[in-house]
Amino acid sequence: MTTQASWNQDSARQIIAGKKKLDGALLPILHALQAHFGYVDEAAVPLIADELNLSRAEVHGVITFYHDFRRHPGGRHVVKVCRAEACQALGAGMLEQHAKKSLGVDYHGTSKDGSVSLEQVFCLGNCACGPSVMIDDKLHARVTPQRFDSLIGKLKGGR
Amino acid sequence: MAIDLFIPMDATALALGADEVVEAIQQAAKKAKADIRITRTGSRGLFWLEPLVEVATPEGRIAYGPVTPEDVDGLFAAGFLQGGKHDLRIGKPEDLPYLKQQHRVTFARCGITDPVSIPDYLAHGGYKGLKNALGMERADIVKAVADSGLRGRGGAGFPTGIKWQTVLKAEADQKYIVCNADEGDSGTFADRMIMEGDPFLLIEGMTIAGLAVGATKGFVYIRSEYPHAFAQMNRAIEAAKLAGYLGDNIQGSGKAFHLETRLGAGAYICGEETSLLDSLEGKRGMVRAKPPLPAIKGLFGKPTIINNLLSFAAVPTILDQGADYYRDFGMGRSRGTMPLQLAGNVKYGGLIELAFGVTLREVIEAFGGGTLSGRPIKAMQVGGPLGSYLPYSLIDTQIDYEAMAAAGGMLGHGGIVVFDDTVDMGAQARFAMEFCAVESCGKCTPCRIGSTRGVEVIDRILAGIDRQKNLNLLDDLCDTMRDGSLCALGGLTHMPVQSAVKHFGADFNRPPGAAAPRQAAE
Repeated sequence: MTTQASWNQDSARQIIAGKKKLDGALLPILHALQAHFGYVDEAAVPLIADELNLSRAEVHGVITFYHDFRRHPGGRHVVKVCRAEACQALGAGMLEQHAKKSLGVDYHGTSKDGSVSLEQVFCLGNCACGPSVMIDDKLHARVTPQRFDSLIGKLKGGR
Repeated sequence: MAIDLFIPMDATALALGADEVVEAIQQAAKKAKADIRITRTGSRGLFWLEPLVEVATPEGRIAYGPVTPEDVDGLFAAGFLQGGKHDLRIGKPEDLPYLKQQHRVTFARCGITDPVSIPDYLAHGGYKGLKNALGMERADIVKAVADSGLRGRGGAGFPTGIKWQTVLKAEADQKYIVCNADEGDSGTFADRMIMEGDPFLLIEGMTIAGLAVGATKGFVYIRSEYPHAFAQMNRAIEAAKLAGYLGDNIQGSGKAFHLETRLGAGAYICGEETSLLDSLEGKRGMVRAKPPLPAIKGLFGKPTIINNLLSFAAVPTILDQGADYYRDFGMGRSRGTMPLQLAGNVKYGGLIELAFGVTLREVIEAFGGGTLSGRPIKAMQVGGPLGSYLPYSLIDTQIDYEAMAAAGGMLGHGGIVVFDDTVDMGAQARFAMEFCAVESCGKCTPCRIGSTRGVEVIDRILAGIDRQKNLNLLDDLCDTMRDGSLCALGGLTHMPVQSAVKHFGADFNRPPGAAAPRQAAE
């Protein structure tokens, strides 16, 4: 998550070529591009459209439909705070407020130092041990505001 | 000989530090020169005890939990590798009332076996259902599923056998089997636990479905919020291929079934079956109008069985033990077992698989031990974000499809979320509309626009602006969304909203900005 490549047309072409034979290849391609670059660059749209014989509008429509796909580089880490009911029952509302305040951003925003992008998520499947937070692909349970700060502190300290 | 330890790699166990515990145990074992072998399992679903460490002893497995890395030295000193006494010692997990009182059918293996070991799966009764199915006529497999009384575990409760029968009868050059593992309902995690803890069960169920209707290809659509489950499913599929349980010639039968995974991209609506199919095809996850049913015209326009993960996971048992065995669990028209998921503000949350017919009270109080906060229960939301909020006075409602509906609720995918008396039901109703607005696919107007208007109307009610007029308007809006929406998202959002207004009227009639009074619902 912390070592994402900057946009590169040739790597993008390779990634697209590697997935284009799959049934329903568009989502796997977009996931692969985002995993590599951290986001899906605008310049990828015509490349994908060409390879899959779709219009650019169709590709754009898919990218913007799904919450997961970013169209611009985000922070070095993505922090997702669960807003769903089971976590609400254990104080997720307070955690949300705290997260926004301590990072100084709203959802979909990136902290000033570029270390963290904050996202909302509706359920991480950790509903018996909330409030839940996912940092990159790592899930954290029973996250109090104090615990949130310590987890974020580790990210910032790390880079 | 090495001493066997079993430690879950279930997402919740990991979130509670299971990997760190494994590391600490490995280091301590090295220091103590103890010969150990750690198997990473799924979770047994006793989440307040995670990370749960089990040690194989001559008397059986002895469990310790919840273990933190700081406990590890003490456990070694107490001789836990021989089952020694320690404050965290639980004894045999299967002796715990929480497990003993369950009917573990679908979850019989979860938390016990190595999830990606075919030999382990076989040793614990796996692939017996498939073996039987390979020797059966297609129509007989479908009949067994129909006779079992199995109904779709995703929420709608549609008879699985009828769905399969329709696909069996449909003529086409290609048919598909699709597993809906887009488990987006808050308070649910059963699908995730199976994918992480017993993925071959799903593979076996889908393979049987393929044999039953003549479909040679299947897809598991997994939500992106479940990266562990996605990785584990991929490992299991590779292992099944290598062992000849997937591919062109399943166990030398000459019959083919291929299985692939696909990752969702954070859209709740893709849990709706037609939207999921569009997403699988690489499109925006837009809901399709029905008919045509997916069974006739599904994935890529071909006849498709699309079932919830838990429906497929029930199938191997039915084919192994017989339709009667499965049907003998349950009550009325709800047959078999239901993996319930107890979550939210509850002391002992987890996976509770029971025959239909227990009450919410038995699950929440006897199993769950009441609220984690120790405060009184104010509300229970059953069936995910589109399920009704039920007041404490309805806690004796039985858990089956019909009884839940009669109480004005729905069972859905079996998630039960408990709230204590600090919850503000006005805020919960507003959230239900907000959630619908964020997740609407936008195809139909009542859902796309109604949800946004719903947030605004509730805001006015909570701000004390023309309350009665706006409550009437909200009712009208809810009716329009219910009757005019294309799918269950817009069509069911009225349930949490109207149940909150109905049962917790006081929360909609306070001076603006006042805190919720600490009291149980009227």
